[in-house]
Amino acid sequence: MSDTPLLNVEDLKVQFPTRKGLVEAVRGVSFSLGREKLGIVGESGSGKSMTGRSILRLVSRPGIVTARRLEFDGIDLQRASEAQMRRIRGQRISMVMQDPKFSLNPVMRVGDQIAEAYRTHQKVPPAEAKRRALDMLSAVRIRDPERVYRAYPHEVSGGMGQRIMIAMMLIPDPDLLIADEPTSALDVTVQLQVLAILDDLVTQRGMGLIFISHDLNLVASFCDRVIIMYAGRIMEICDAKNLAAAQHPYTRGLLNCLPSIDGDGGALPVLKRDPAWLEHGLEHGLEGGR
Amino acid sequence: MTNQTDNLSRAGAGFRSLSLPSPLRTALSLVSTVLLTFLGLLLVTFIIGRVMPIDPVLAIVGDRAPEHVIERVREELGLNLPLYQQFVIYVWNVLQGDLGVSVLTANPVIDDIKNVFPATLELATVATLFGVILGVPMGVLAAVYQGRWPDQVIRVVGLLGYSIPVFWLGLMGLLLFYATWDLVPGPGRLDYAYDGLIDTVTGVILIDAAIAGEWDAFWNAASHLVLPASILGYFSLAYISRMTRSFMLEQLNQEYITTARVKGVPEWRVVWVHALGNVWVPLVTVIALSYANLLEGSVLTEIVFSWPGLGYYLTQSLLNADMNAVLGATMVVGAVFIGINLLSDLLYKLLDPRAR
Amino acid sequence: MSSRSEDFSAGWRAWLLSSSPASRRQARLGRLYLGWLAFRGNHLAMLGLGVVLGLVILAIFAPVIAPYDPNAQVLADRLQFFSAQHWFGTDDLGRDIFSRIVHGSRLTLYIVILVAIIAAPIGLAVGTTAGYLGGWVDKVLMRITDIFLAFPKLVLALALVSALGPGIENAIIAIAVTSWPPYARIARAETLTIRNSDFISAVRLQGAGRLRIIWSHIVPLCTSSLIVRVTLDMAGIILIAAGLGFLGLGAQPPLPEWGAMISAGRKVLLTHWWVATVPGIAIFVVSLGFNLLGDGLRDVLDPKSGGQG
Repeated sequence: MSDTPLLNVEDLKVQFPTRKGLVEAVRGVSFSLGREKLGIVGESGSGKSMTGRSILRLVSRPGIVTARRLEFDGIDLQRASEAQMRRIRGQRISMVMQDPKFSLNPVMRVGDQIAEAYRTHQKVPPAEAKRRALDMLSAVRIRDPERVYRAYPHEVSGGMGQRIMIAMMLIPDPDLLIADEPTSALDVTVQLQVLAILDDLVTQRGMGLIFISHDLNLVASFCDRVIIMYAGRIMEICDAKNLAAAQHPYTRGLLNCLPSIDGDGGALPVLKRDPAWLEHGLEHGLEGGR
Repeated sequence: MTNQTDNLSRAGAGFRSLSLPSPLRTALSLVSTVLLTFLGLLLVTFIIGRVMPIDPVLAIVGDRAPEHVIERVREELGLNLPLYQQFVIYVWNVLQGDLGVSVLTANPVIDDIKNVFPATLELATVATLFGVILGVPMGVLAAVYQGRWPDQVIRVVGLLGYSIPVFWLGLMGLLLFYATWDLVPGPGRLDYAYDGLIDTVTGVILIDAAIAGEWDAFWNAASHLVLPASILGYFSLAYISRMTRSFMLEQLNQEYITTARVKGVPEWRVVWVHALGNVWVPLVTVIALSYANLLEGSVLTEIVFSWPGLGYYLTQSLLNADMNAVLGATMVVGAVFIGINLLSDLLYKLLDPRAR
Repeated sequence: MSSRSEDFSAGWRAWLLSSSPASRRQARLGRLYLGWLAFRGNHLAMLGLGVVLGLVILAIFAPVIAPYDPNAQVLADRLQFFSAQHWFGTDDLGRDIFSRIVHGSRLTLYIVILVAIIAAPIGLAVGTTAGYLGGWVDKVLMRITDIFLAFPKLVLALALVSALGPGIENAIIAIAVTSWPPYARIARAETLTIRNSDFISAVRLQGAGRLRIIWSHIVPLCTSSLIVRVTLDMAGIILIAAGLGFLGLGAQPPLPEWGAMISAGRKVLLTHWWVATVPGIAIFVVSLGFNLLGDGLRDVLDPKSGGQG
């Protein structure tokens, strides 16, 4: 694992002007990422998805993204032209989204969509792209790649759809993968399968991974480091294995809400929100536990 | 706009008790819906023709007809019989193709209609082509540039199409392009010189002239077609571009569009292949409905351009109080309308991979 | 503005925009006010509103605004171009076109209002009944609705007028008969959505009869989408009425109906173009106004449907 960080984010802000004033979805988020698995955990509205999308400049109008520093592998993502960003998207940074029912094009065959991901960045004949797509389908452990290649998205199950999504996003061999709630739309049993595939592929290829989720347990078991977000700010950053020793009251509150098999069986505590958390996050880009 | 798809599911519910394979059931419910609607159409024209007028016979033959004609028609219509029996006779006649005889031309109405229908078909087809070729790209551009000036311009152009009277626009077109600038020939489908030159094969002059190899006549017919087709086409364009814009906006907000962008797909492909690819299916339905609407628009346009089509026939019959012809033409238009709606529903089912 | 009146209007605004209204009336008025603010921001919609209001004013004050009697024929002055005495010129019988246009606005408004008053309640009644009662009532009513929807409006109106005879009242009836089906569909769709709500069940448990439920509870909820649709349809109604007038089937001469004026002007189109052109512009402006107004209302009342910019 190299020492120079793959991704550097400093003071990232995402704002939406509305009739009632400026709504801030992300309020000054800072972190850096190497070739490791970083989890971002937060409840709905904490800004975790927006953080992921702003890296790829996919925050839709009228959202405004600003940052003191937004760097990927030495490339200034803020100053990059749209053409440069298009070269980066897919080829260097990819994103897996939540629900394959909606994130796959319903009128295009699944295999063609995967092949398209490859052909966007590599000028190869269609037959070659198809071969690679079939290889990729095998890599995500789909048993009958030929048949699935010809299928339409509504003909495959949720778990298979997510594996197709992963195949599509990894076929151009990117350095960084952002996974935005990749297993939230799946049944629990399928979740673990898909995660296992993701884990394998990311580790094999030495990629960086940003895993966005609301499920603290899942992230803790899967990632190397964890970022806890609340109301657009980072509350805490720590190593996954040290999560139980987390210090911020919000993190502690989240941990206490999780039921455990060997718990005392009493009522679970309710998270008490301190309004002070709305004002202060982890300032000055400090990183815990690195 | 009719959405016969709900009708299908409702009608289908009645058939669920029959244990038949599913495609057969769908076909049955489709047929039953169409038949019922057509029957209703006949009922409405029957009511308009026989029940509403004070003396239906006079309505058909006119009040200057001699006594024995009135008596004969009264016999034929069976006006002495109870209403429902009259209706049954009426339906039976229609199904055999007997729409009565036109007072004006003394021909059977069905023959008259067969003569004039191709002219309207020609006009509506060319106009719809015009509307699609221009309207779809306009709608896409309006969606892509939503809120900015191309969108505003295209929306205004579309809005005008819902606000301008078609017959007035036709008159203005004649005034400018024919009278003032002499760019197009005058009313009618062909110059006098070509009258009777071409054998009628399909009734569509463009096709018939091409078949006969008479290219002079072909271009002459085309030049006559340009102005009325453009005027009608404008209204088709307004509707199609508006619906395309609406569909495109809906698609551009979907997650799979983000996926395509994440892959690094160039924006033109995201819009014209991914988004538009999902729009084609409902758009085909819209185009079919636009075609149907143009049949209605042609009624007034044909008068202005002396275009001898179904609309011209309908209005002339109306002005001459030729009741059989009016009802016959109304029924044909209604039947074509139903047919096109049916076709658009079928096309939707055929083209959408999710519905197969 | 003095600071007292500023305080006054600030007080009203705060009351209307309060996020915790104290009474139902306050909540309703507040919603109306917010809707008005949104509407006001849409310039095209305001333009539409202006046009419609202009039409109403023109119609009400027609005798005052029009300089001449619309039916006064002065054959010596026929077919004159725009001038200071005759702003829009004169027609083939020497009548002042401007005055005829102004008086024609009354006919336009008359037709539009009557058609709306007849068609909308019919559609509402049919749609809510079909939607709420369901079963064979629904099937039968919707079959009837679909049959009417299967006809193109103009053609059906033509057939009806041919049976009833020409005249403005018959034209109104004919247009109303062709206009109600879409309202029935909308009302039925809305009713189906609301029918299974808890509050309807609650009212039913309280013993309310079906008629009361439909009338007091379902109908009010359908009104906003119906208002939008009726406004948007008004342009179409004006165009159909003009079409009937053009064919001589609507208002009979010498009534200054705009469509009939175009027809009269057609005879002299190539030499005296303004006689046919001006009434068409009037029709177009009024239709456009209703369309803009309808679009604006839809953006405010029902933002989910249609793509708004």
